[in-house]
Amino acid sequence: MQTVIFLICAVGAVAAGIAVFRVDSMARATLALLASFVVAAIPILLLGLSYLGVLVILMMVMEMMIMAVFMVMYMMNPAGLMPMKMVHNNRMSLVIAAVVFVLLAAGALLTPWPSGGRATSDPTLALGMDLMGPHMLVMIVIGLALFATMIAVVVLSTHRGRYDRFGDDLRRRTPDDPVRGGLGK
Amino acid sequence: MMLQLFLLLAAALFAVGLYGLLSQQSIVMILMGLELAINGIIVAAAAFWFFTTDARPDGQVLVLLAISVMAVEMAMGFAITTAIFRARDVDMADSASDLAG
Repeated sequence: MQTVIFLICAVGAVAAGIAVFRVDSMARATLALLASFVVAAIPILLLGLSYLGVLVILMMVMEMMIMAVFMVMYMMNPAGLMPMKMVHNNRMSLVIAAVVFVLLAAGALLTPWPSGGRATSDPTLALGMDLMGPHMLVMIVIGLALFATMIAVVVLSTHRGRYDRFGDDLRRRTPDDPVRGGLGK
Repeated sequence: MMLQLFLLLAAALFAVGLYGLLSQQSIVMILMGLELAINGIIVAAAAFWFFTTDARPDGQVLVLLAISVMAVEMAMGFAITTAIFRARDVDMADSASDLAG
């Protein structure tokens, strides 16, 4: 039964993944990617990783909703009424992807994998204890990286920051704004 | 269920993502390919944890790391897209080839 569910989900995830690059509108591509993520998370749930599986699903639903907004912002083909083909070097990309798949699949099938012990009874508890113990450095680095990302994202996406308004040394008395009005005018 | 099946799924997801990464012109579509490839890594790490673990949660930590890499990549990618779109009205990777050798 589990194998059947896994096979259905695996085929569905790969098919949705392929659909991402074949549909005509970017909004549909986003939804296809969301479908691929959700279906690919079900095998993770089958492995007993309920926390991480649900985490992937919840995070991807939110992320794809945000992504849909960005898609509308940058989309050149809103309704998908025209065929959309925005690729370069298509044939070589296909060849490289196929070669990489064959290599990875050969490695997966030919390597004599060790068969370790069974998982612990409560993997979520084990993960929590591990992150707060031996692997705390990983959690600290992830936290720092996320914080740095927040700052970098705000800096990159700010249109006009205070250095644009008040000069590089922030000493300008009145801000240099394109439109009059606002604070300091 | 076998480890090999999971690894095949992961390899397929990674290969599809790699194709998108190499072939797409729109920066946002490139990001989607990257996400697919990282999703393959998540599946592979979860399967490794389940089938070869010695009752240690190291594989789960790797999954957590991949999930945060995904979030960081998406946020940074969109911020860079916004910045370059604002500065030059560019949303294609081909138009942003200043660093091409």
